[in-house]
Amino acid sequence: MKAIHNLFEKVKPNFTDGGKWEKFFPVYDAFETFAFVPGHSAQSGAHIRDGVDLKRTMVTVILAMTPALLFGMWNVGLQHYKALGVADQMEFLDLMIFGAWKVLPMVVVSYAVGLGIEFIFAIINKHSINEGYLVSGMLIPLVMPVDIPLWMVAVSTVFAVVIGKEVFGGTGMNILNPALTARAFAFFAYPSWMSGDKVWVNTGGEAVVDGYSGATILGNLATTGQAGTAYADWGIAEMIIGTIPGSIGETSKIAILLGAMILLITGVASWRIMFFSAVGALTMGLIFNAFAEYAISPEQQAFMAVPYWQHLIIGSWAFATVFMATDPVSGAQTEKGKIWYGFFIGFFGIMIRVFNPAYPEGMMLAILLMNVFAPLIDHYVVEGNINRRTKRLKLANA
Amino acid sequence: MSKDIRIKRGLDIRLKGSAEKVLSQAPDTGVYAVQPTDFIGITPKLLVKEGDQVCAGDPLFFSKDDERVRFSSPVSGEIAAVVRGAKRKLLAIHILADKEQKFTEFKRPDTGNRDGLIDLLLESGMWPFIRQRPYAVIANPSDAPKSIHISCFNTEPLAADVDFTLSGSEEDFQEGLEAMKTLTSGKVHLNVDSSAPVNSLFEKAEGVQVNRFKGPHPAGNVGVQIHHVEPLNKGEVVWYAYPQDVVAIGRLLRTGKADFSKVVALAGHSLQQGKYFKTLPGTPIKSILDGHELSGDHRVISGTVLTGNKTDMDGYLGFYHSEITIIPEGEQPEFFGWLIPDPKKFSNSRTLPSWLQPKKEYALDTNMHGEERAFVVTGEYEKVFPFDIYPVQLLKSILVEDIEKMEQLGIYEVAEEDFALCEVVCTSKLPVQSMVRKGLDMVREELS
Repeated sequence: MKAIHNLFEKVKPNFTDGGKWEKFFPVYDAFETFAFVPGHSAQSGAHIRDGVDLKRTMVTVILAMTPALLFGMWNVGLQHYKALGVADQMEFLDLMIFGAWKVLPMVVVSYAVGLGIEFIFAIINKHSINEGYLVSGMLIPLVMPVDIPLWMVAVSTVFAVVIGKEVFGGTGMNILNPALTARAFAFFAYPSWMSGDKVWVNTGGEAVVDGYSGATILGNLATTGQAGTAYADWGIAEMIIGTIPGSIGETSKIAILLGAMILLITGVASWRIMFFSAVGALTMGLIFNAFAEYAISPEQQAFMAVPYWQHLIIGSWAFATVFMATDPVSGAQTEKGKIWYGFFIGFFGIMIRVFNPAYPEGMMLAILLMNVFAPLIDHYVVEGNINRRTKRLKLANA
Repeated sequence: MSKDIRIKRGLDIRLKGSAEKVLSQAPDTGVYAVQPTDFIGITPKLLVKEGDQVCAGDPLFFSKDDERVRFSSPVSGEIAAVVRGAKRKLLAIHILADKEQKFTEFKRPDTGNRDGLIDLLLESGMWPFIRQRPYAVIANPSDAPKSIHISCFNTEPLAADVDFTLSGSEEDFQEGLEAMKTLTSGKVHLNVDSSAPVNSLFEKAEGVQVNRFKGPHPAGNVGVQIHHVEPLNKGEVVWYAYPQDVVAIGRLLRTGKADFSKVVALAGHSLQQGKYFKTLPGTPIKSILDGHELSGDHRVISGTVLTGNKTDMDGYLGFYHSEITIIPEGEQPEFFGWLIPDPKKFSNSRTLPSWLQPKKEYALDTNMHGEERAFVVTGEYEKVFPFDIYPVQLLKSILVEDIEKMEQLGIYEVAEEDFALCEVVCTSKLPVQSMVRKGLDMVREELS
């Protein structure tokens, strides 16, 4: 510990004013403050400070995502060997190793590209490097299908960090959730890769079992109105445990629930957003159930008739609600606003999912939509407060 | 028409090192200092020069904006030094105290003579005790305040116990309270803590409204109390004073002497045992600390850990402060400090284990535990900010210097002390109190 500190002190002069790498000070600073929370004391205002900082907040979110990541790796292996028809002969470790071999490169690419851009912008703008990307960098691989080429991950990340975040001024200033921006970019730029049934399961180009289908449950529902196919009849248990095809992190509702517990117990994420997203989704589900008979096609009727509560365990509702909707920067910032923000995410997410088969995953679009509307929601909440004050003033002067 | 008010949002930070309720007399020899920087928004104009002799109660300087507002020497003696900083800014006037204290005699006005009372307070240098919301600055003697609020308890960590500081001064307090009633045609509010037995001094008081408050800090802040009793509108003015200041005013009326002495708590876990001292504002901290051993690097604070001023061993007690708090400096880098769940750290968030032990007393130092960042986390200020005001939105309107928005969002109802907890719990380590002060100054300048 002392030795590491001495090492930092030894190389520091190279990065400070006049040093040969002075331009790279933000990079040095990022590494030093990563290893050591600086010994700065409060110089103005309150003399004691809370033990929490942005790094701790962010690392709590990463911790919450870990179960989904680990399960996602295992499931990638499971789906792969299942498609090849040899899943029964494989050990737990085989599945994990295959999954890690597929997933970890995506994590590495996401972090390397994203942090690289953050470092460049920090050097150009001469500000310290923010921790925001630590979470985005983990979210991006988790919302991608496993078979996406690494260069697409890289390009999506570049788009998300530059257009989604840095052009607005970096962490804390962005309007859209960066990880979802990456997902949306990949989805619209490479639609043939990001939809359909080829990309969710890695088959490695090998021979697959008869009747194999790599489609997700949402994909099936949109095309046939049935959750399962002849290849695999997905039931409630599979949806909850997560042994189904899908984006890497979204499949296991149990892993996501674990993450949600961590976020809620530590108070890092807003329970309001999560709870009201569920209320919104269930409301929309109930509406669909009630009006299923008016559907325009038998497939849509079957989709609309899916029991309302199942929408919470199908697709990415759970993952998006727990990890994406609760992003404090792009979400509503007032406590009242969070209620409406959460509600409409759930509501529109299910609506888009069912009504628009071209975009089977409605949650992504619903959150991006509500990201844009969050400032408007906050505006009306704050306006209400202002009106109360104006009214009080009028009453006092009357 | 007393009110019972329950404050729900807030935070009591339990710190080690509270002062034992034992009163000592501080040695009153040495050099005292009056620091114009204690008075927010004042441009001082000096009235004395080095070598002058002054009595206790004689003016040292006045406010450039209002010549009636004068600031007096708390002791008699010789002006030892006039300390100036950059751009000749007046920082302090040092007075070498006489062995025998001499007081200027003031004449008491008739009971109920408001103008006479104001003149007396202005002349004696006791006027600065009367402050006003909005802006939390010295009151304008020409204003007619809607009411006067006196917060009879302090909920800040390691704050001086108000009941203890008043014991023995009951008559002076009552006399001072009469003066407060003379100063306003509205009500005088005594805001008391209903979670503890209420001092009979406050309950017996006649012709005042006693409001009973219950809840965590900042329930003891006068700004919170005004907000919950009668929220301040644009154009309205409410005056306020601390209980010990009311005592000093009562003493002036009873004796005709400007005796500024007050009871001050010496606290903080850097000390083996804190206790209370009877002393004067501007007293050298060293004289109080005599006999206390300190090793290592410590932060000497005039005031409390939340709102006090940073000073050092050679510093002086501030005019409005009733505490001297000493805690260790925290200038050690923490190896992976953001990762390790250190049980010695305090956090209002539940990302550290401190929430599992709500009753634990902490020995906190001055470390920031992180670096400044943009606003990211939402909802954390609101948990410790018991106002019907959106704190982050108000701060953002201050950052963009939008005065109209500040007014709409309620800047008249707050002062920096009300935001002290927001600053403590801030994940992004933003200098919230100085931001609020900047906003208040901006609005005050605009409207003057």
